Amino acid sequence: MMADVATYVLTALGLVFFVAGTVGLLRFPDTFSRLHALTKADNLGLGFIALGVAFQADTWAQLAMLALIWALALLAAGTVAQLVARAALAQVQVDE
Amino acid sequence: MSLALDLALCALILGVALATVAGGGVFRAVIFFITYGLFLAIGWARLGAFDVALAEAAIGAGLTGVLLLAAHARLRRMQAGDAPPPAGLNLPAALAGAGMALALGWAWFALPVPATPDIASALPRSGVGNPVTAVLLNFRAWDTLLESIVLLAALLGVWILARDGDWNAPLGPRYHALSGGVLVNFGRFLPPIGLCFGVYLVWAGADYIGGAFQGGTVLAAVGLVALMANVVRPPRVSYALLRAAVVIGPAVFLLAGLLAAGFGAGFLTLPPALAKSVILVIEAALTISIAVTLALLVIGPPDDAGRSS
Repeated sequence: MMADVATYVLTALGLVFFVAGTVGLLRFPDTFSRLHALTKADNLGLGFIALGVAFQADTWAQLAMLALIWALALLAAGTVAQLVARAALAQVQVDE
Repeated sequence: MSLALDLALCALILGVALATVAGGGVFRAVIFFITYGLFLAIGWARLGAFDVALAEAAIGAGLTGVLLLAAHARLRRMQAGDAPPPAGLNLPAALAGAGMALALGWAWFALPVPATPDIASALPRSGVGNPVTAVLLNFRAWDTLLESIVLLAALLGVWILARDGDWNAPLGPRYHALSGGVLVNFGRFLPPIGLCFGVYLVWAGADYIGGAFQGGTVLAAVGLVALMANVVRPPRVSYALLRAAVVIGPAVFLLAGLLAAGFGAGFLTLPPALAKSVILVIEAALTISIAVTLALLVIGPPDDAGRSS
């Protein structure tokens, strides 16, 4: 029962970050601030959802898999954000 | 509640499919195509077809997505992608697409419903526990053998595009990665994890979800990450080991089929007593070929001009 409440609260919190990230992606003026919004959604949104789902896990193996998924998504999102930002920076310098 | 989820998923799949073909440039279409593949994978998972979902996510969205992105980048390097897409409806393509959809729809209703084959009772004779693997590598091995040969033919088709003078150049374009930068670190950190996961998928495929195609695609992705991060050097067409890796899958598969025929069981008919070990050997060889071939398809033909620019 307590576990269900924790799942509801944490996944809802995760969804809030995804919604905020999406709004930021659509509304922010340039690539860099859009990246900021996007990576926040990936990091915190997915983190809270994984944490929420973790309360429904039956075994330690499932917990470990959820943690691995979050860690890999963090790694990929962080790397890709850096690469996109670098490409965008080169574009800005070409334009000036 | 789950009905609402399924309806939303169907709407998303159709919407993203429409956005893929609705124009707005090649890059946009590719991104929508990747998104479409991911939604489709969730759809297959909702239907309980986890093997298909995994294949769609890995091959349909991931590998094909990278292939299309690489093609787009190549077009841009050749300054061929700058032309604006034609405005309005591409009538011949629309008619061909609609005609195909109508024909498939007609066939769905017109053809008699086939009797569902009784996989469950045949499964113990197949040597493996995963019914999908049993069908792919035993009961309908013929299809899979031809698929592996089609992959090989596709790679030869790509290599044929190389100019004579480039034949011995390293494969693919030059990838830029700052030494000590994030991409290089990513290219060092991810491959060990991907390697474990890819091999696990192949191994687990005999009895659980997974298989040579899904595992091979993950391994191909590992190779691509390492190549694009400049952690490993691109191979050349002339490498004997590379050529062996590309043909070992179809070759072992064919050999197993011919041996079965030689012992009187019939081409590709595996005797139940040996089926498990034969399937594992074929899967291991197929995985190597699939992984190497898919990665080589993405990086493209040897291209000296693409490297100097």
